[in-house]
Amino acid sequence: MNSTHEKLAQSLKLTLDEDQLTNCMRCGFCQTACPTFIETGLEAASPRGRIALMKAVVDGLMEPDESFRSQMDLCLGCRACEPACPSDVKYGQLIEQTRAAIAAEKPYSMPVRIVRKTFLQGVFPHRRRLKLIGKTLSFYQKSGLQKFARNSGAMKLFPDHLQQLEQALPDVSGDGLEELWSKAGFPYRRETTDSGSGLMVIPAAGDTVGRVGMFRGCIMDVMFAPTNVNTVRLLRQAGFEIVIPEEQVCCGALHAHAGEMGDAKQLAGRNIWAFGEANVDYIASNAGGCGALLKEYDHLMHAEPDERLSQAAVRFADQVKDISELLHNLGRPLEPIHAEAGKDDAAVAVTYQDSCHLRNVMRVQGEPRQLMSQLPGVQLCELQGAEVCCGSAGIYNLTQTEMSTTLLDHKMEHVEATGAKVIVTSNPGCLLQMKWGIERAGLQNGVEAVHLADFLAKQVRIEDQLD
Amino acid sequence: MLESVIRELLIKVVGGEWFKDDPESLVSYSYDATPLYQAMPDGVIFPESTQQVSDIVKICSKHRIPVITRGAGSNLCGGTIPLQGGLVVVMTRMNKLLEIDSDNLTATFQTGLNTKQFHLAVERTGLFYPPDPSSMIICTMGGNIALGAGGLRGLKYGTTKDYVLGLEAVLPDGSILRTGGKLVKDAAGYDLTRLLVGSGGTLAILTEATVKLIPKPSYRKAMVAVYDDLHAAARTVSNIIAHHIFPCTLEFMDQPTLQVVEDFAKIGLPVHAKAMLAIEQDGNADDVERDLKQLEEICLASGAVQLNIAKTPEEGAKVMEARRSALAALSRLRPTTILEDATVPRSKIADMVLEVQRIAQKYDVQICTFGHAGDGNLHPTAMTDARDPEEIHRVEQAFAEIFEVAIAMGGTITGEHGVGIVKAPYLEWKVGEAGIKMMKSIKDAIDPHQIMNPGKLFAETRKRIIYQDRTEAVGRTTTQDEEIQTP
Repeated sequence: MNSTHEKLAQSLKLTLDEDQLTNCMRCGFCQTACPTFIETGLEAASPRGRIALMKAVVDGLMEPDESFRSQMDLCLGCRACEPACPSDVKYGQLIEQTRAAIAAEKPYSMPVRIVRKTFLQGVFPHRRRLKLIGKTLSFYQKSGLQKFARNSGAMKLFPDHLQQLEQALPDVSGDGLEELWSKAGFPYRRETTDSGSGLMVIPAAGDTVGRVGMFRGCIMDVMFAPTNVNTVRLLRQAGFEIVIPEEQVCCGALHAHAGEMGDAKQLAGRNIWAFGEANVDYIASNAGGCGALLKEYDHLMHAEPDERLSQAAVRFADQVKDISELLHNLGRPLEPIHAEAGKDDAAVAVTYQDSCHLRNVMRVQGEPRQLMSQLPGVQLCELQGAEVCCGSAGIYNLTQTEMSTTLLDHKMEHVEATGAKVIVTSNPGCLLQMKWGIERAGLQNGVEAVHLADFLAKQVRIEDQLD
Repeated sequence: MLESVIRELLIKVVGGEWFKDDPESLVSYSYDATPLYQAMPDGVIFPESTQQVSDIVKICSKHRIPVITRGAGSNLCGGTIPLQGGLVVVMTRMNKLLEIDSDNLTATFQTGLNTKQFHLAVERTGLFYPPDPSSMIICTMGGNIALGAGGLRGLKYGTTKDYVLGLEAVLPDGSILRTGGKLVKDAAGYDLTRLLVGSGGTLAILTEATVKLIPKPSYRKAMVAVYDDLHAAARTVSNIIAHHIFPCTLEFMDQPTLQVVEDFAKIGLPVHAKAMLAIEQDGNADDVERDLKQLEEICLASGAVQLNIAKTPEEGAKVMEARRSALAALSRLRPTTILEDATVPRSKIADMVLEVQRIAQKYDVQICTFGHAGDGNLHPTAMTDARDPEEIHRVEQAFAEIFEVAIAMGGTITGEHGVGIVKAPYLEWKVGEAGIKMMKSIKDAIDPHQIMNPGKLFAETRKRIIYQDRTEAVGRTTTQDEEIQTP
């Protein structure tokens, strides 16, 4: 065995949870849920296959060579296999442990290393730098540079999928939730915690049904800040008092999925502390990808030497809710704008693409659908294969472009079959991917992709009206 | 490792993309759903036509390379483990549904077709294909035919073997055989169709099949009966049959299973009950309602202490969910779950369940029993840990005794999983010396070079456990040992 493989094999032996490997009874029930198995039909590209490969490495049956590594990279991490598993194998943990070992033992190529270091350590954890990128993007879009880049053909220098992704980017102002909220003149007050950190507190409309900490996200708050605003408007309307702790940071999901567990834990610790101080009943997430990791902070931190931290992580994880859960199960019912069906034109045809982590990890699938289908002006058309990953999967669409576009193109065929004019999603990654899919399928003039919060904000009565 | 000249030949047949012998592929086709078995093949190939299968088999025959046919790899008998290496032939690219013939009520398909997809396609035309193995979301029709798969509807509708009318198969010399057809009646010579059904890849590679279909029942309704006496549950089964009612589903769970399922699913199952029956009937609405009424009376008269009749189809589905979650619940208890399918005449169900409980105690292993009471097909399921060889040994001893008891009651070692590797040491117990001899001569005549799935079906026969009283077979075991009889 070559020495890198040997080191990785040793490290996998130490890292991988042997109980979980043994718990897989190889029934194969995971396979019909796995997007990469559906596309390839290859055993190795299925959860059962990947677990068998991990076990073969641990058992010394094979070495963790290039093909092993690329098979692990091909996994979307959508975790659709977990609800399908009769034995409750924690596949997500196994793939993360594997990736962590790979990240630690086998250095990536120089360009990949630079990109990983730049974004994972240099950008996502730092709010000001993210905002700077937001401002730059805003300048790019507003200054005419975007137009120039598109018209001059400069974008053609980039690979196809980057060109299409560039077109799918939303308009960005560079302002985050707090700036947009205060600029809009909506009510709020500032509070300071015992340790001196700042909180933005937004009162409930009418009677208060609960106090919610708003997790604004890192990319979400730069690329989709208006969606954050709509999320808060909806929560406020439903009777929640919203608290935004200033000290909160990136959730760490991208780090954890990339195998950088140390960074992920550090970010988790800061969030647990920030929201713990804010004294909230629930923590609201409007991004399935973030929500899922927040929901698993208890697992992430379970081995922390500081017991207070691991216990606080359990409490934190318990408080995390998707906005659809808060609005549907815990808040006051929202009042639809279109009181009767067919009062305006025909009801708008809408379809819903599940966020994998919202569905498979947070196990939320009914609430978003019910929130929409109970609106008289909305006709919800179920998307065939809504539970199958769209191929976005964090930065998967950049690293595994071929598989990602195959999944996306099949997804868009199903979207067209529904006849829906609107694709609603619950995660920024999925939303961007859907926008990209619309471009790829040439549906720009008939179909739009929106976040659930933005969709609902137009369909229900809200006191705080945006201009 | 295959010689490079053979690799070239195989690649010429299917193209470079569809032949694989890298470590990753070899590992990922070294196992199926059977616990404790794994062996590496020398290559994996994915044909897309019968002609390609024939070409592949010709190459393997000439070079004496073992051929292991595989669908989804979901079998529980070790039927697709490449015990002696060789070439795994994965059939899942050959998955076309060729025809649903509503005039003749038949369907014809390539054998790599997924069972669930087939069910959906058939039911869209208003027809019905009853065999429904629990793995149907992933398994293939070819695998079902090769191992004689059953399911929850065996009592009323029979199993896979009752539906296959014709087959296309590639024989070990590469020649292509077609048997049967869209025919209800066919008395032309040996019934080669039936010979190949259940042959587990040891005689031929099945490439195409024609099965019969029946009209889809328009209505279904389910109920649950609870017992504080195992015999009362078994009596109910006998009484139902005696009244000439054939429910489409008649499922049984013993007390240990009920407890585990309740712990897992929390759906209010009667954990202190000794047994539970889940019963479902289908057909036209009037008949079903009449049957349900009668079933209710029979259950109460036979000693049921509690009855729940589903008020809506959704409620009925929930009733069946409890039974279907049994394996899931059991498999979460311990790392390794070994599920067997010993089958007895249905009049012996109660005796068999008691025997399983006694045997579990004797070998100090945890075994829960659930299964298809209506057709006598039980699933004694052991919860164990593959990493503990001593415990695994006791589990094996317990299962050997369970098989022996089942046979003594007039039953069989496998109702629906097939023989493969796992039951091979017990096959002679069931079919006798003459049976083995005849099966071996068939095998030798058709596959003289022993290339088709070697190591399956035939093995050294395990020494029998001797009972004092065979006719009663209530397990007064006197001697029991683990020696392997040398032939």
